[in-house]
Amino acid sequence: MFSLENITDSSQKWLYATFNSTIALVLQCVIVMLLVISLFAVLGLVLVLMERKVAARMQIRLGPNRVGPKGMLQTAADTLKLMMKEGLTPDGADKFLFNLAPFVVMIAGMLIMAPIAFAKGFQIWDINIGVLYVSAVSSVSVIGILMAGWASNNKYSLLGAMRSGAQIVSYELSAGFSIVSIVVLAGSLQMSDIIASQQTGWWLFRGHIPAIIAFVIFIIAVTAETNRAPFDLAEAESELTAGFHTEYSGMKFALFFLAEYINIFIVCAIGATLFLGGWMPLHVGHWKGFNHVMDYIPSSLWFLGKTFFLIFLIMWFRWTFPRLRVDQLLSLEWKYLLPISMFNLLLITLIAIMGWHF
Amino acid sequence: MAFLKQYISEIYQAVSSLLKGMKTTGSYFVRPKEIITQQYPDNRADMKIPERFRGEVVMTHDENNEHACTGCTACELACPNATIKIVTKFDTTPEGKKKKALDTFVYHLELCTMCNLCVEACPTSAIKMAQTFEHSVYDRSQLLKKLNKPGSKLRAGVE
Repeated sequence: MFSLENITDSSQKWLYATFNSTIALVLQCVIVMLLVISLFAVLGLVLVLMERKVAARMQIRLGPNRVGPKGMLQTAADTLKLMMKEGLTPDGADKFLFNLAPFVVMIAGMLIMAPIAFAKGFQIWDINIGVLYVSAVSSVSVIGILMAGWASNNKYSLLGAMRSGAQIVSYELSAGFSIVSIVVLAGSLQMSDIIASQQTGWWLFRGHIPAIIAFVIFIIAVTAETNRAPFDLAEAESELTAGFHTEYSGMKFALFFLAEYINIFIVCAIGATLFLGGWMPLHVGHWKGFNHVMDYIPSSLWFLGKTFFLIFLIMWFRWTFPRLRVDQLLSLEWKYLLPISMFNLLLITLIAIMGWHF
Repeated sequence: MAFLKQYISEIYQAVSSLLKGMKTTGSYFVRPKEIITQQYPDNRADMKIPERFRGEVVMTHDENNEHACTGCTACELACPNATIKIVTKFDTTPEGKKKKALDTFVYHLELCTMCNLCVEACPTSAIKMAQTFEHSVYDRSQLLKKLNKPGSKLRAGVE
């Protein structure tokens, strides 16, 4: 059966048998880096195309359909165009920060890739504080956004960046609370432990209604954290032209654009790991035959399927809901999501202590 | 307690209205047959143009090359941006009376905003909106049109 674990194991064995351990480690790092970068490139192309197609279908349109079969090469052509364009730095901008900002946003995305388990035994770094690491690093990207907004020396950029800062700082809380509620149930911060604890069933189903509430709050909060509609105040086209990346062009703009989609993938991957069992196949109680069939589907496909389901959900939000006003955004977080998630965490703790979950 | 009740009902209403919105877009997503996009240059032969589409003003002529325009200039008066200019002449009726009639219906397509006010103003339904839309030409003068066909005359019985 196809398994990524075998490939990684055999390549590791071969590396350590052929080279001494230092060189093998360096080579491993290089391979991982290349894999992450190529994953980013592929994800950028696929997700942008998916977004445009999903948007078109929801608005009764066709979407891109000219470049390549059914428009499949549209995003590749767009990327080529962006690479050819001039990456202009405005005269009044703080040149160093202006050019640094896209890379900060991008690197924040790359760092969160580390603890994500893409398949059984296919994980860059199974760190024992995995979830904490993710929630800590994910807030680094706001520094990049603030940097871009400030360095552009443009009032729209600055306003967008400030909004983004307020937004991410507030929504981090309820996202954190819903992550903590799964940590309480699983009893571990390590990604592999959290996935292993869902062997018999995903936390979304096992944790009764509080887990579902935590899931809903998580999805809302991460939509806000990735600055996507209906929480896209940071780049509100109608008010702020393009928010923090108004002044960016060419490849620097492409990096921001790519980072947005990478962040969606990451938060959906985290959501799939915490609530939907990561790469664990769907098992239903004592249906032996059913469970056996489900085991036959490779774990990488399970992970990607769940992640793309959540991505689709977030795209669905974007093409349905109108944008919130900034005061509505903050009152939603502080008056609704935060109290509810605190109360919910209390309930989940009770469930975990009493062992009421399945 | 009343506060808590209102709080919960607000959340319920919010969630249910959001779900309603998602149901609408979701149902469009699963029904690709309803896509209304037309791949225009490819389907020129069998385009579906909506009935109420307004492309340009035309005058209807029947098979005897007769139209229904009496030259009353109601359309000219109704037009908000002087797109229409009616040139009238005087016909002599068999009884020897002089009667006002249409000579030339001048229509400036380049000025027209397709507002349909002239069609609504016409008392005899002589003009209507056509569904043509490929109006681009190389010279502005080509957009100046004479709507009544050469040699056409007023249909008998139209007053």
